[in-house]
Amino acid sequence: MKVIKNKKYTYLLSISIIVLGLVMFFVKGLNYGIDFTGGTLIQLNVGEFVELEDAREFMDPFDKNASIIYAGADKQELIIKSTLDLSNEEISTIVNSFVAKYEMDDNNFQTQKFGPLMGKEIQGRAVLSVLIAAGLMLAYISFRFQFKFGVAAIVALIHDVLVTLAIYSVLRLPVNSSFIAAILTIVGYSINDTIVIFDRIREELKLNQRATLENIIDGSVALSLRRTVNTTLTTIIAVSSLYFLGVEDIKVLALPLLLGMISGTYSSLFIATPVWFSLKKGKTN
Amino acid sequence: MKNKSIMILLLIVVVLIGAGYFGANGVEIGGTKYESAKDSIDLGLDLAGGVYVVLEANTDATGTELRQMMEETKAIISKRVDGLGVSEPNIAIEGDKRIRIELAGLSDPQEAIELIGKTALLQFVKPDGEVVITGKNVSDTTVIFQEGDMGIQEPVVSLVLDSEGTTAFYTATSELSQETETVDRIMYIVLDGEVISSPVVIDPIADGRPVISGDFELEEANNLTTLIRAGALPVEMIELQTSVIGPTLGLEAYNRSILAGIVALALIFSFMILVYKIPGVVASMALAVYVSIVIAVMIGIDVKLTLPGIAGLVLSIGMAVDANVLIYERIREELKADKTLRVAIDRGFKRALTSIMDANLTTLIAGVVLYSFGLGPIKGFGVTLIIGIVTSILTAVFFTKYVLILMANVTGSKNTKLYGA
Repeated sequence: MKVIKNKKYTYLLSISIIVLGLVMFFVKGLNYGIDFTGGTLIQLNVGEFVELEDAREFMDPFDKNASIIYAGADKQELIIKSTLDLSNEEISTIVNSFVAKYEMDDNNFQTQKFGPLMGKEIQGRAVLSVLIAAGLMLAYISFRFQFKFGVAAIVALIHDVLVTLAIYSVLRLPVNSSFIAAILTIVGYSINDTIVIFDRIREELKLNQRATLENIIDGSVALSLRRTVNTTLTTIIAVSSLYFLGVEDIKVLALPLLLGMISGTYSSLFIATPVWFSLKKGKTN
Repeated sequence: MKNKSIMILLLIVVVLIGAGYFGANGVEIGGTKYESAKDSIDLGLDLAGGVYVVLEANTDATGTELRQMMEETKAIISKRVDGLGVSEPNIAIEGDKRIRIELAGLSDPQEAIELIGKTALLQFVKPDGEVVITGKNVSDTTVIFQEGDMGIQEPVVSLVLDSEGTTAFYTATSELSQETETVDRIMYIVLDGEVISSPVVIDPIADGRPVISGDFELEEANNLTTLIRAGALPVEMIELQTSVIGPTLGLEAYNRSILAGIVALALIFSFMILVYKIPGVVASMALAVYVSIVIAVMIGIDVKLTLPGIAGLVLSIGMAVDANVLIYERIREELKADKTLRVAIDRGFKRALTSIMDANLTTLIAGVVLYSFGLGPIKGFGVTLIIGIVTSILTAVFFTKYVLILMANVTGSKNTKLYGA
């Protein structure tokens, strides 16, 4: 594995994905869930396909701009989102009109209402959590390894957060409170992976004091490659099961997790490691 | 040595299968019935179905005054919820001036939300606007039936006033009954600024037992008694967030997540055995132990399982294998360097241990941050992540090593091929 030699290409790949995400972000913005924007969400498992116009008819008296999308294997589920703060009575009326017309199970629904302030708070908490977690992890890695390993790991972590954001903006995934769970899991997973590689480099440095830094890094990556691949595969198996078998709410969590974890594995090998190399070299030159 | 190892291995397998069987089906020991794991675990509202409401006090009060106000509000809301007959309601003060109310398994969420958030300030007002008595003067209240205007029995709310209220009510009704015009003899009964009944006073009422009749349905009358009994909230509460999850939807989410977990486990078992052979079998056993411990701990410390929590759990299964993978790769390296099996197992463990500890402890930091700063379901995700990481370290370090050595005793040290060499 010529990790150091090829770092130009791997950096380029990452930067392209992140830039694409940023462009999409500035052009179309993120697809904020209602717990971020405030508003009303009604999710109904009608049990049969409902024509969009028919669904609109029920919604129009309350909000003509409500977004209505389908979910479920046979499009038998409807997810209705309104940015308006509908009253509980209005929500009941909407749900009941579906129950009456399509003879659906009147327990098979979910509604959510969020005040606009809640979203701001959740957003603030999200940023705060990532910052606190990053700070604490940097401290831990500096203590267990060296400060430079910590910095490189954090660079990889920022990379993964940006790639995850790119995934959300390109795929138009809803950014809601489970988004925070996704980001933090990806961050945790990526750090986990980075540490395993760094641990190997730390060990190889001790064992082969005369080898060049580049050889040590490439050797360490090669030695831990089987582990990296196998662990990634088992994790992909777990997350894919969730994606293919889980309900809609789980699916929107599993997809970014899947892609984010691949990014996390990638960044441990091709971002964290060369960044550490450059930091280390910068000092000796 | 070999026979003893086989016996212990068999015992472990039997215990694991037993744990799996009882976990899935429940068990009866000495007359006590233990439910299956699926039924014993506490479910969050997103899986059990129900209502949760977050209310915020509309006030500028701070410090002790605010705290007292919130405690009082919580107590009153608890009383109102009791009137709904919900089992195990969860009512908590969140932050400084918010109250989160979680009610599982409700048939009519709409009714609950209305009942909970109402300020419920009851007033008896004279036509000149003077307040005669408020809900505070009411010592008891019940629903009774009395003959209405149309001659049919209809539900009304009967009040029993305290002595102060009785006196005030008597004075006011005496005054009103003297008036000549009918409009001047009305005693308005007002709830949260809305007139719910406007009876005309004919005679002074001395017994302190007024009745509110207002064309009520029985249920409305019942709710009104609940509100009056619990008392008025000291402050107006604004509805910040409301979620209603139908029980069927929650159940489907739960069942499908369990299925995802089982499928993930089966696939990972196969993958590990295919790739790592004997150690793969050990890893599968370790995973079974891991899953049993995590579920037992969650039941034991009453963690509410939420949808993100399940995601965290299934994910942690994938990550829990990592420790095993790290160990086996190291053992494999040692074997390639011509170490004997026993030495390879020993050294492989030692060398893998620093990676396992450092990697898991850093992830643990993320889990703790998630738990401490997350809101609602995110907290649940954090808890499962923390339990998962700690258990994963323990099973990998103790269980895997112990069973791997037993396996080595059984297969003998010649067959290093079976261990990845």
